[in-house]
Amino acid sequence: MKRIYAKEDVCIGCHLCEVHCQVEHSRTRNIIKTFKEEIPPPSRITVEESGPVSFALQCRHCPEPYCAYACIAGAIYQDEQTGEVIQEKDKCIGCWTCVLSCTKGAIRADTRGPRKAAKCDLCPGREVPACVEMCPNDALYLEEEEL
Amino acid sequence: MLTSLLPEFTVERNEDRCIQCRVCERQCSFDVYGYDGDHDVMVHREENCVACQRCAVLCPTNALNISNNNYTYKPNANWTREHIQDLKKQAETGGVLLTGMGCDKPHKIYWDHILINASQVTNPSIDPLREPMELRTFLGRKPDHLEMKDGKLKRMDTPSVQLTTPIMFGAMSYGAISYNSFSSLARAAYEYGTLFNTGEGGWPKELRKYGKATIVQCASGRFGIDLDYFNDAAVVEIKIGQGAKPGIGGHLPGEKVSEHISQTRMIPEGSDAISPAPHHDIYSIEDLQMLIHALKEATDYRMPVSVKISAVHNAPAIASGMVRAGADIIVLDGLRGGTGAAPKILRDNVGIPIELALAAVDTRLRNEGVRNWASLVVSGGIRNSADVFKAIALGADAVYIGTPALMALGCTVCQKCYTGKCAWGITTQDPYLTKRVNPEIGTRSLVNLLRAWSLEIKELLGCGGINSIESVRGNRLQLRGIGLEQWELDTLGIRGAGQ
Repeated sequence: MKRIYAKEDVCIGCHLCEVHCQVEHSRTRNIIKTFKEEIPPPSRITVEESGPVSFALQCRHCPEPYCAYACIAGAIYQDEQTGEVIQEKDKCIGCWTCVLSCTKGAIRADTRGPRKAAKCDLCPGREVPACVEMCPNDALYLEEEEL
Repeated sequence: MLTSLLPEFTVERNEDRCIQCRVCERQCSFDVYGYDGDHDVMVHREENCVACQRCAVLCPTNALNISNNNYTYKPNANWTREHIQDLKKQAETGGVLLTGMGCDKPHKIYWDHILINASQVTNPSIDPLREPMELRTFLGRKPDHLEMKDGKLKRMDTPSVQLTTPIMFGAMSYGAISYNSFSSLARAAYEYGTLFNTGEGGWPKELRKYGKATIVQCASGRFGIDLDYFNDAAVVEIKIGQGAKPGIGGHLPGEKVSEHISQTRMIPEGSDAISPAPHHDIYSIEDLQMLIHALKEATDYRMPVSVKISAVHNAPAIASGMVRAGADIIVLDGLRGGTGAAPKILRDNVGIPIELALAAVDTRLRNEGVRNWASLVVSGGIRNSADVFKAIALGADAVYIGTPALMALGCTVCQKCYTGKCAWGITTQDPYLTKRVNPEIGTRSLVNLLRAWSLEIKELLGCGGINSIESVRGNRLQLRGIGLEQWELDTLGIRGAGQ
């Protein structure tokens, strides 16, 4: 499967990946409407920063997906073929056990409507995920994972 | 103390578009923006704004407009706003005003008063997309006459370097610019087959692999110099002067001398790197001759030695001396040449426009019969490919571009290089800011720039029915002046339009 990788040495810490992730997962997918008229969804990507060091982190689709193991509703599973960790939104009951169990802190609580967990879904329907496409400094890239 | 300075720029924020993402706040290195959490609005400190446009470019909703503050003192043709503001700054600080980049005053730009010829009827123009066009350029001393041996041209015994296009990157040192910017220049020059110039801040070891694309500088500070420094390069350049600040040295503040810069420059970490105004061993043409030959000796006569001076009033006589002292390449840096830091009063008032200096030096060397002894490179004020073409037609062999290269890396010419806070990550050593130049994007942009200008030069050649840049070199008949006085036409050695 393709994964999103971060280039820490050129991440400028602008947080635009977070903004565009929110827009991509909003109802209107319009940046101004997302923030002005909707309750913006949580960003599934987080810029981790310490001084000049920064990089964007999202679901790593771990080979040992603790979130999937922990999910009490069976809403998260790992695709056997691709290794992608997939969340089925309909099944999610918003218990947020996955939020607690994720070792990367990559799952967010979505409290806009009925409680749900929100994680990177690699932007289904897009060739390149929004965060990768919109990064102003090419600090994120999509690449086939080397197994 | 209350400052009597007014903010130079205005920040207009379209609140209907602003989504409080705080990108502007994070990107501004001059502390213009803040976030007021109580009211969920962004706040501005406009007095800090330098109009570098970093925030406006990064704003995802185009909510920002940075413009000139439209305050006005009582209109006065003599006491302009700039004069008043500068004077007030000095009354408050008592210091020399510093600035960055090249002279921004409206001195006559001669490029804009020169027009290029085209072929019609009597000689056919050439389509550069169909016909081969030659931009290849050789720098170095050319022989006085050609010698044949066994029906073949005898090899020249003077070293020369080959460029695929007559455009090189001018000297910008590692220290003045960030490592990412510096390495982007090195990689782009290497990829495109031209040269970049290390400036006088040394040459990081890991970039030595781009040696055949490198001009190393030997300037008054002599930073980072050893035998390998010269021998790993393609050309050695002695820097006497710089167009932005003729007769002035340099000063890299100690806070910018990081561990890597200290190793590269061979000076202690955190110490000020001071380049004296003159070379302390060069007080005459004879002294220059000694250094040129010392460098030739050190490099086994394998590479051309270049000497760079600012374009000053008696540049032709000095250039003549330089050529006779053994310089294989002479570089003239004009009034509009850039810098990381210079006293503003100097930058704006010292030196002469490169167009006039170039024509005067070329004419002088031709008249003295020594033009072939050295290649002539000009810099300072080249803005586009037509300027390059005109420079070559006036007599240059190649040009250096500095400011245009930095613009390709993001520079918007806000002239705040000397603050070390470049929001575009170019003229800074702050690790938070230097990441903003991604060397991969930087290299690509610079290669694109070289490619675009080269293609345009080929178009200009084609329309004149010429298929080689060599046929334009010093071919002033390709040029006509417009809006120039007779003395200017005479200095440039060109006719007026219609003549």
